[in-house]
Amino acid sequence: MRLLRYKLLLLIAVFGFVFPFRGAASGGGDEEGGVNVKEIIFHHLGDGYGWEVPFSHVYRIPLPVILRAEDGKWISFSSHKLQEYVRVINEKTGKEELVAEPRIVTEIDKKTGKKYQFILAHVSKHRNKVVQIFPLTPEEEAEVKAAAKNNPKIEGNIDEAEAIIGGYAGFKEHYYREYKPLDISFTKNVLALFIAAIVVTAMVMSVVWFYSRKGMKAPRKGVGFMEMLIDFIYTGVIKSTLHDRAKKYAPFLLTCFFFILVMNLVGLIVIFPGGANLTGNIAITLVLAIMVFVITNVMGSKHYWKEIFWPDVPLFLKFPIPIMQFIEIFGIFTKPAALCVRLFANMMGGHMIVITLTLLIFIFAAFGAIAAGGSVFISVLFSIFMLCLDVLVSFIQAYVFTLLATIFISMSTDKGHGHDSHHESKETTEVKTEQPEGEVKPSVATTAG
Amino acid sequence: MELFTPDFGLIFWMFIAFIILFVVLAIWGWPVILKNMDQRADTIDKGVEYAREAKEQLDNARAEAQKYMDEAQQQQAEMLREAARMKTQLIEEARKEASDEAKKVMEAARVSIEQQRKEAELQFRNEVSKFSLDIAEKMVRGNLSDDKSHHDLVDKMLEEIKSN
Repeated sequence: MRLLRYKLLLLIAVFGFVFPFRGAASGGGDEEGGVNVKEIIFHHLGDGYGWEVPFSHVYRIPLPVILRAEDGKWISFSSHKLQEYVRVINEKTGKEELVAEPRIVTEIDKKTGKKYQFILAHVSKHRNKVVQIFPLTPEEEAEVKAAAKNNPKIEGNIDEAEAIIGGYAGFKEHYYREYKPLDISFTKNVLALFIAAIVVTAMVMSVVWFYSRKGMKAPRKGVGFMEMLIDFIYTGVIKSTLHDRAKKYAPFLLTCFFFILVMNLVGLIVIFPGGANLTGNIAITLVLAIMVFVITNVMGSKHYWKEIFWPDVPLFLKFPIPIMQFIEIFGIFTKPAALCVRLFANMMGGHMIVITLTLLIFIFAAFGAIAAGGSVFISVLFSIFMLCLDVLVSFIQAYVFTLLATIFISMSTDKGHGHDSHHESKETTEVKTEQPEGEVKPSVATTAG
Repeated sequence: MELFTPDFGLIFWMFIAFIILFVVLAIWGWPVILKNMDQRADTIDKGVEYAREAKEQLDNARAEAQKYMDEAQQQQAEMLREAARMKTQLIEEARKEASDEAKKVMEAARVSIEQQRKEAELQFRNEVSKFSLDIAEKMVRGNLSDDKSHHDLVDKMLEEIKSN
């Protein structure tokens, strides 16, 4: 177990070297050759109201958009209404091609006859989110237009009429007041979440069904692999850390592990059922971390709270000025926060590197055929290597998350049998938790670069 | 940077997805799997223990059988020895009996011979006495009227001869 952890840390340390190097190599080529690198990366890593149809840049699989309008009414419509397909002539090639353009969605409440208008914001701070818009009176519009003209923040590539100024959205020569509604749309990431959940259920249930069909027979192939994974986590991580409490927390921790693993792996698949960057989205990892936070603190034993409010340190560290208490309370929040950021940064870093490597081709294409050819070869090679590494990282991160969650739960539910043994175990766990944190920093640096 | 600002909708759906998944698996999934895996491990442990015991028992049985066989062999040897002993004893007895019988027969023969000798002697004596009487009668006819006293005299004389 210990040896395994060391190997794991070594591996992660190697990653730490690989990530910033690759990241730095690709960071410089922004905007070169007409490729908006940042735009493409964030489009691929981000969420969307529809799911791209494989091998098509235009068409999307429609998904329901669910919004709570300004007056409190819930409105839902299909995401295909947010776009219309227009044929335009490409200036460079002179060929006609299909382009998706945003358009205003108008929903009318049948009872009250009230009109609700929405649009996919494309230049505001609510970029790529659906916002509710309200038409302005001509006077107001003139005022906003004047303000927009004088706005120094307008970037060169944005049409003046579509520039945005505080709370107003421009669209096709007109200005509207915008309102960001409460948005619980069934987006691409949500669909991917449920797909992952179904895959996990199928995987787990296949084992259960095997038991009900074949009883005590030895499982083979897929079921055997699943059982091996379950046993690896249950015996190797949960039982060896939680001992007699293992049965109680095993369902949560096993669910965490398999859900994260499947989300990680599904994210690596490029086309439809996969391709959604789930664990590389902070909302997902935040929820997982909050779950761990709630469990550790709700289930926390007397001993755990005593260690926080009256830890075993010299009196001057805790009495007149509560230094230790402050640190411990801070620790309650940093532990799950580290869980959240570690998984998010690792997965997003991996995705980002693969995309960046692919984009290198288009960046280098501007320098001529030889550069393009060379970069294709190198980029594809590195992309494949990175994807293979990401498969490994997917597993490692799921494992590390489960391991740390188990340790946090174990620490908080420990009844504190004997002072010495507890202290020792706490020390070792502290070491374990600190080391992987160090490994996150390089990948965070990557994302920042 | 929408990636770094958690989106409410996604948090909401993630909660729902996770809770559903957790509830489904916590009821129908994990407990069943863990229980079954434990049970199977126990069964395998028991099987191994059972096999070990069975082997032990088999070894024991084999040892016992060997013991019985040894015992039987010993018994057989003993019986053979006993038989040999009895044989010699029987032979001895028979021999003894035979010799006894022979002795008896010989004794009987000796007795009958003695008897016959005695008879013959008696007869001989009688005849001798008769002859001698006859002789003596012839010699001393008339002198000797009383037969009986003469006979006694002769007997006495014969007895003396015999003892000599």
